[in-house]
Amino acid sequence: MRIYPFIIEIFQIAIVLILAPIFIGWIRMLKCWFQGRTSAGLFQPLRDIMKLFYKDVVLAENASWIFRFTPYLVFAVTVLAGGIIPILSVDLPLSATADVIALIALFAIARFFIALAGMDIGTAFGGMGSSREMMIASLAEPAMLMAIFTVSLVSKSTSLSQIVQTITHAEFILRPSMAFAILAFILITIAETGRIPVDNPATHLELTMIHEAMILEYSGRHLALIEWAGMMKLFLFTSIGIASFFPWGIAAVDNLFQLPAAIIFMAVKFCIVGIVLVLIELGLAKMRIFRVPEFLGSAFLFASLGMISYFILE
Amino acid sequence: MNLAAQINSILAALILLTAFGLLVQRRIYGLLHLFAWQGLFLSISTAVVGYTAGAHHLYISSVLTLLLKVLLLPYILYVLIHRLQIHKDVETMLNVPTTMLIGIALVIFSYHLTSPIRELSTLVTRSTLAVALATVMLGLLMMITRRNAVTQIIGFLAMENGLFFAATSATYGMPLVVELGVALDILIAAFIFGIFFFHIRTTFDSLDVEQMNRLKEED
Amino acid sequence: MSQFESVLFSIILLLSTLAIIPLFIRRQKLLIYVTFSLTGISSIFAVLGGLWTVSGRVNQSIILPIGLPDLPIHLRLDPLSGFFLTVIGLLSFFVSIYSIGYIKAFVGKRSVTHLVIFYCIFLMGMFSVVLSDDAFSFLISWEVMAAASYFLVMFEDERTENRRAGFLYLVVAHVGAIAILLSFGIMAGAATGFKGFSGYTFDAMRQTEFSVGWAAAAFLLAFFGFAAKAGVIPLHIWLPEAHPVAPSNVSALMSGVMLKTAIYGIIRVTFDLIGDFPWWWGAVVLIFGLITALMGILYAIMQQDIKRLLAYSSVENIGVILIGIGLAMIFTSFEMPLLSALALTAALYHTLNHAMFKGLLFMGAGAVLHATKERNMEKMGGLIHKMPWTAALFLVGCVSISALPPFNGFVSEWLTFQAFLLSPSLPSPLLNLLIPLGATLVALTAALAAACFVKAFGVTFLGHWRGHHSPHIHEVDWFMRSGMILTAISCLVLGVAPTLVINWIDVLPEQLIGDRIAASAGEFGWLWLTPIAHERASYSGPIVLIVVLAVLLLAYILLHVRKSAIHRAPLWDCGFEKVTNRMQYNATSFSMPIRRIFGFLFSIKEQVLKGGKGGTLHYHLKVRDRFWGWLYMPVADISFYVARKIGRLQQGRIQAYLIYSFITIIVLLVFFR
Repeated sequence: MRIYPFIIEIFQIAIVLILAPIFIGWIRMLKCWFQGRTSAGLFQPLRDIMKLFYKDVVLAENASWIFRFTPYLVFAVTVLAGGIIPILSVDLPLSATADVIALIALFAIARFFIALAGMDIGTAFGGMGSSREMMIASLAEPAMLMAIFTVSLVSKSTSLSQIVQTITHAEFILRPSMAFAILAFILITIAETGRIPVDNPATHLELTMIHEAMILEYSGRHLALIEWAGMMKLFLFTSIGIASFFPWGIAAVDNLFQLPAAIIFMAVKFCIVGIVLVLIELGLAKMRIFRVPEFLGSAFLFASLGMISYFILE
Repeated sequence: MNLAAQINSILAALILLTAFGLLVQRRIYGLLHLFAWQGLFLSISTAVVGYTAGAHHLYISSVLTLLLKVLLLPYILYVLIHRLQIHKDVETMLNVPTTMLIGIALVIFSYHLTSPIRELSTLVTRSTLAVALATVMLGLLMMITRRNAVTQIIGFLAMENGLFFAATSATYGMPLVVELGVALDILIAAFIFGIFFFHIRTTFDSLDVEQMNRLKEED
Repeated sequence: MSQFESVLFSIILLLSTLAIIPLFIRRQKLLIYVTFSLTGISSIFAVLGGLWTVSGRVNQSIILPIGLPDLPIHLRLDPLSGFFLTVIGLLSFFVSIYSIGYIKAFVGKRSVTHLVIFYCIFLMGMFSVVLSDDAFSFLISWEVMAAASYFLVMFEDERTENRRAGFLYLVVAHVGAIAILLSFGIMAGAATGFKGFSGYTFDAMRQTEFSVGWAAAAFLLAFFGFAAKAGVIPLHIWLPEAHPVAPSNVSALMSGVMLKTAIYGIIRVTFDLIGDFPWWWGAVVLIFGLITALMGILYAIMQQDIKRLLAYSSVENIGVILIGIGLAMIFTSFEMPLLSALALTAALYHTLNHAMFKGLLFMGAGAVLHATKERNMEKMGGLIHKMPWTAALFLVGCVSISALPPFNGFVSEWLTFQAFLLSPSLPSPLLNLLIPLGATLVALTAALAAACFVKAFGVTFLGHWRGHHSPHIHEVDWFMRSGMILTAISCLVLGVAPTLVINWIDVLPEQLIGDRIAASAGEFGWLWLTPIAHERASYSGPIVLIVVLAVLLLAYILLHVRKSAIHRAPLWDCGFEKVTNRMQYNATSFSMPIRRIFGFLFSIKEQVLKGGKGGTLHYHLKVRDRFWGWLYMPVADISFYVARKIGRLQQGRIQAYLIYSFITIIVLLVFFR
């Protein structure tokens, strides 16, 4: 039994836990810079989480066990997903636990329970958020599957570790199918993680909230867990994108010495992704909720064109 | 696949993308930009094909495309839109997701149609023929789903782009004389369209082609 | 005791239960205890027989010398029937336990004697359908099953909706049965060259090489007939009417397992009896499956009646099963047995899973109905506080059906996706492009199912009670609870140990298609499921469960090291102060975004009426199947028209009827002298 894959596994999960808030901090910092404001620094989200852990919990009178159970479940599921995606190395003991489809289903568990928690307390906001969230998720799913389909056409696999290995070892070819899949994946990531233009993570305006509407009643450690899981979700979706489209730099099996390089590569990639994301968010305004189907429709279009161009052009 | 073929297929993909963009874009200036981009990709693709096939007359076609479809025609249309003060949003007849789905179906259909030709052809560019045919069909679909006369002419020009692309990918381009003729035709068509726009507008006070049904006898 | 004896014993036990029912008519409570225990025991024997048949790869047949002269009844126990026996028996065992508690509520209000009689007959019908080995006994069992379920639907026949639903059910069931009869007729005829009558056994059909035309006709008729029973859109129209009005234990059986007999029929006819088919048959099944799945779940989301929602969701799941079968047929006809085995395994697994979670959900809905006397979700809410057990168990069902790991729905859905992802190896370019689009429809369906069951659970159990008067609501008794608990446990087990189940099912694809996936699926032990190869895709339910539980506990413990108080406070009302329970999102408002996006698929009538005291607003919404207007109303109009024309023959005078008879005799004598 080899020990160090387990060490890498634990190391990676720790990295996900710590870097996810820092990634959010980086995005906020960039946004501040672009808008000419002073930023609160890279570590502000981390400090926010820590602060929330020390606060008391205020629960709505009507809240049932679902409401209290959800934050822990959402957190646990997200951590598991963080152990499956090859972020630093493909040599992870957990990587065989789930392929991309099962990974998406793990995020679906989190979403399912957050939506239930939104309905648990019995306000109009919670239900509104749940209803919209489930609608957006339903429409994002076909595009997501089509993007996965396109990626799996090239690498003949849906297991992320395998995809990474296939792409890094194969000769580099300009593939229109992959280009389309990247476009689709970016749009899906924006929708799934609730970024502008689909949802605004900074808003508390009643008519524009989606994710925030569901977690409006959370406080204290519950809120901390949910926020933390939300940050990890963005981090992990980005990691899925990196693993399936730009995997160069992720350490190979049995190669411990590539690990420092892998960390540097990862940091650079995340910095770039942050810049791209901020540019998208700055350039666009939040959409009306019934424009979101068109947004996700174009994600589906890109993904389908990717699949079609694989057969037509490659 | 050698590099030129890879670049060519990426360009084909981009042309297809712009064709879909034309189909769903709501803003009229956005349509113009997309049309110009399509022309640019077409022009580069023609040059690349000309380089790989050693067919030097394609360079001339490429330059012609660049001048005519990327610079001149968009400029004429821009001036037209500006002069006629057309409303910036163009309404579509069908909703956008449905149009997209029909578009995807058309691409699959054209792939199915061209698959016998793929089997027979030996050219490097044979695989892009399906994209070319799809561009023609998407242009026609755009003409069907739009109501504004200016968007219809863009659809028409996009169809011509598709035909041009089909010619380059199926046979490494038509003879230069034919291409010059077609280019001239397009140019003249654009002018005639322009004149007609003024007439339509003075008659109906609008460029909405739906208004044309007023010309029917019973009204 | 052999497998066959075990199964036969179970049927005989049901027969003897029927025989002793008259003894207990006067003591209704005892009647319930006795009969449901006996049906439970007989179900266990059916399950044992079925399990053993599949794992022992038994293929036995017997001929019972009863029935019409020269038409003895052939019975056969092979792995396919063994599998379906297990599915039916397992759910009917759980439901029998549940029924004791559920039916007791009727005692004192109405006689339950005929309910228990038809319950026994219904089970017997289902068992014998999958055992039959000739067209004759198959159709008889099929009709027994249909008739018994009709009477069960009509149990509370004083309500108009029950009578209407029962009638509709009977009509569609019989139209379907006629198609099946014709299909068997064609196959039996083709087996003997339309000369003898000995072709009616399945054995004779199996050994016949059908010509292309006859095979296609037989397949299309059989598919139509079984589709009518399974509720395939557009023949689903009876299902959302009949399933909700039946008593909930019967709804559980009808949705959970009766629909599966139609799946059994489709598999039996295509893979076993006909055996050799072109790819377009698979495409037909696949396309109907896709339409059924997507439309089924969209209709389900629109519902406000919880049992109707579940019924429509059964339509969706039948679609998902058919998608698996369709893919398997396409792969088979292109001679790719391994992929075909994967798709068929996915379909069979989903059959088993759907029986479990849909049974559980219907039992849960029955428990809610039992406690609140209410089926309309618009009036419910907050039941989780009063019915904690039911809520938790219903939640298990919702999670399973929404295809979330580590429960069972996910496994079969995942296997279906894997089958889809392998479609690019098909040699047909057009199919290569079209099948992925089908896969995205399945993804859309699965995601909409999650939305649907967030709504079903959230509106029913969470929030506050929405009705005007809060009734006295109590948790259900232990019989009902244990029936649901057992089903919930099997949902989890089927989700966590898929490799074991696939290993067990594996003999079916091996015999029907000629290849098996267990060797590759269980390559890395029971912990990992690797359907084709581990490089391709892998999933491990147990690890998901363990890691999630471990992290969850760890987070919980770490956060509770420091004592911190939990304060209970009223809801944040945005300073509005007049937040009432009626302001919660309800079933209609939850589905509004989806209704707006997919509205063109329904005929929707929305009305806002002003009026009443103080200018109150009333909102009316009516969502209907478009198929009513497109398909059924024209048929109904035509049949009324024809009936009126024929009705002219009825003069009401005895002489007129005598003249009809006289003319008939004369005509017969002229033609057949």
